[in-house]
Amino acid sequence: MKPEPLHRKDLLSIRDLSPGEILFLLEMTDSFREVNEREIKKVPTLRGKTVVNLFFEPSTRTRTSFEIAGKRLSADVINISADVSAAKKGETLRDTARNIEAMATDVVVVRHPASGAPAYLARELRCGVVNAGDGCHEHPTQALLDLYTIREHKKDFEGLRVSIVGDIARSRVARSNIIALGKLGAEVMICGPRTMLPAEAESLGARVTTRVEEAIEWSDVLMALRIQLERGGGASFPSAREYANTYGINRKRLDGAKPDLLIMHPGPINRGVEMSPDVADGPFSVILEQVAYGVACRMGILYLLAGQRSATSADVPGAEAPGADASTEDGSGAAAAGGGAGETRKPEVENAVAR
Amino acid sequence: MPLLVKGARFIDPAEGVDGAFDLLIEDGRVARMDRDIPPGEGVEVLDASGLVAAPGFIDMHVHLREPGEEYKEDIESGTRAAAAGGFTAVACMANTDPVNDTSSITERILKRAREAAACRVHPIGAVSAGLAGERLTEMADQRAAGCVAFSDDGVPVRTAQLMRSALEYAGMLGAAVLDHAEDMSLSSGRVMNEGAVSTALGLGANPAASEDICVFRDIRLAALTGSRLHILHTTSGGAIDLIREAKNKGIEVTCEVTPHHFALTEEAVQSFNSAAKMAPPLRSEADRQALIAGLKDGTIEVIASDHAPHYEAELQVEFDAVPFGIVGLETAVSLALDRLVHGGALTLPQMISKFTAGPAKILGLEGASLRVGAPGDVTILDPERMYEVLPEAFESRGRNTPFGGIKLKGRAAATIVGGKIVMNRIGGETVIHAGVPEATGTGVMH
Repeated sequence: MKPEPLHRKDLLSIRDLSPGEILFLLEMTDSFREVNEREIKKVPTLRGKTVVNLFFEPSTRTRTSFEIAGKRLSADVINISADVSAAKKGETLRDTARNIEAMATDVVVVRHPASGAPAYLARELRCGVVNAGDGCHEHPTQALLDLYTIREHKKDFEGLRVSIVGDIARSRVARSNIIALGKLGAEVMICGPRTMLPAEAESLGARVTTRVEEAIEWSDVLMALRIQLERGGGASFPSAREYANTYGINRKRLDGAKPDLLIMHPGPINRGVEMSPDVADGPFSVILEQVAYGVACRMGILYLLAGQRSATSADVPGAEAPGADASTEDGSGAAAAGGGAGETRKPEVENAVAR
Repeated sequence: MPLLVKGARFIDPAEGVDGAFDLLIEDGRVARMDRDIPPGEGVEVLDASGLVAAPGFIDMHVHLREPGEEYKEDIESGTRAAAAGGFTAVACMANTDPVNDTSSITERILKRAREAAACRVHPIGAVSAGLAGERLTEMADQRAAGCVAFSDDGVPVRTAQLMRSALEYAGMLGAAVLDHAEDMSLSSGRVMNEGAVSTALGLGANPAASEDICVFRDIRLAALTGSRLHILHTTSGGAIDLIREAKNKGIEVTCEVTPHHFALTEEAVQSFNSAAKMAPPLRSEADRQALIAGLKDGTIEVIASDHAPHYEAELQVEFDAVPFGIVGLETAVSLALDRLVHGGALTLPQMISKFTAGPAKILGLEGASLRVGAPGDVTILDPERMYEVLPEAFESRGRNTPFGGIKLKGRAAATIVGGKIVMNRIGGETVIHAGVPEATGTGVMH
């Protein structure tokens, strides 16, 4: 399995990506990680490009991560949250997005409560679309930063055992991770009460268990998912207390774990529910690393999509809007590499980074 | 002017006819079927050589959207779509705005049909006022005004008690209750079938058990009341088993399937294809096979389109927000010919029966036969015609279909209502003449 350059207008799901493309995105993350460790954490790579964070759902972590990623690349980053957008005035998602695109936006980062909403927008818009989490479908950038974090500690995915514990049925993080890990050769086990497992769960390509002890003993890496407390008392789980008692990851439960077990969580954590504080802050935990690598991962994605935009739109009849052409004139160099092979792209990234 | 249909293979399953005949229609009714009828003076001749002629097809499940949602469809455009698709009659569901829950709305629909329709229109009255599931409509009054059956289609009849009353009351009036069978505690807010595809897409999903539970409830109530129950748009193998078992016990239950449910499965939803969003949803391949088995063994006696046109702008939204349903009047007959007859599941006479005798019996319509004296309603088929489905050429205002661009073998060639050719594409181009002859009556048996 070798890195394979990514030539896409959009990043919508892990399912769309080849294993090589996933590895390429991990390499990109590596290239940009160094920027975040500098004194001056900014490069001119995307100067003159515009990135819009269009969030129809509350999010602090992911939105901030994309915003910082864009700003460190010198893009102009605008945040629009559903509260202030036209969504409440009855404007359709399509109209909202097309208006944003009409302002010569290069990439729209979308978070939406409906599964498939970013895929729908990607079909309607010429600019790049990044899925920042759609309904219960996928959250591809979260999976990529999770993979990067795992690789930092475990080196190889082949045969690696990763368990995911929580509300799998309604988790986009779980879906993207199950698919991504499977593509790179890891084994995945999903764990939760039956009410939180999806229909035909095995079809996702993972082992399935309802016993958290089994998942803990089996794993090299354990990912606990955030329990949606507001869903408590409904049909899917009785109470936070019952969940903590039966599925919560705490120090005592980890007695049977491998000594080098890695503990992950996409955040934000309900401390004492899906994970106890001594585990979240304990020696196995890499939760804050996940957050740190998230910025580098998203820098790589924004760089690829915004940088390739001019090359992509040139293939689309009528797409040569003046704004698109002008935006390649910013001298960043990287943008002009659109359509080039990956081998040539990588050094240019480094040039951009070294500037 | 009398009409003479010449040279077709006539198939009339109700009369056991299958052979080469000519058919003469006079004063809106069948006057004579015989070999080589000479065209007399002043007789219009339709040369149907090489084609198949059948009693007029009835689509007993369509949404014409009038009154209230004419931006989606109206009686004129919807019945033109019906004629283009080979239907001589449609029964239109009550979920208009306002709901067809009083005789004044029924009368208005029939008046508009007399003015503008290209085929016969049979209104279906609501079971509950405003489809709210609270109290029965004035069914006797609606029946007298022309309603051929009663249904809250779009939503299930909310409670077992209301369904029981509806069956008792409609049964007393000789009308069937048409049942949209879903348990809404399982289905509400769920947009597709539960299974591997919904798991992959992360879409809210309902299991086939949702349909089975409601079908079971209503079959038991049909048994209790002795009234006629018709299950609309069956999708689940479990429901077909329940219906088959009920029929064997002598319970008066019938059912229908839509072309999309026998032609497609949940796989059509992959990539968030909202043209495959229906309620009840497209289900698994095993369910689809069970539906085809039900068509073959006669458990399912009706094919109906559930024609559900929507306005384009309402479809340009994320999957969850797209309204349920697709247009079907202009593809139903072709899909039945292509997938069922050419596909080997049904003989041509069996397939014709599901569009004629099947629905006519449930709705109490005369016709569905070419015997002398029957209404002069004829559907002419070209079973071998290959063509491409072009939504932009639909007569319907709705373009929402998952079948756009596919090639189908078999198509309606002409539609005759009361001896008048309302649609003819035998010459190549499709020509539609709206206006149902008054003299032929409504086609409803009293």
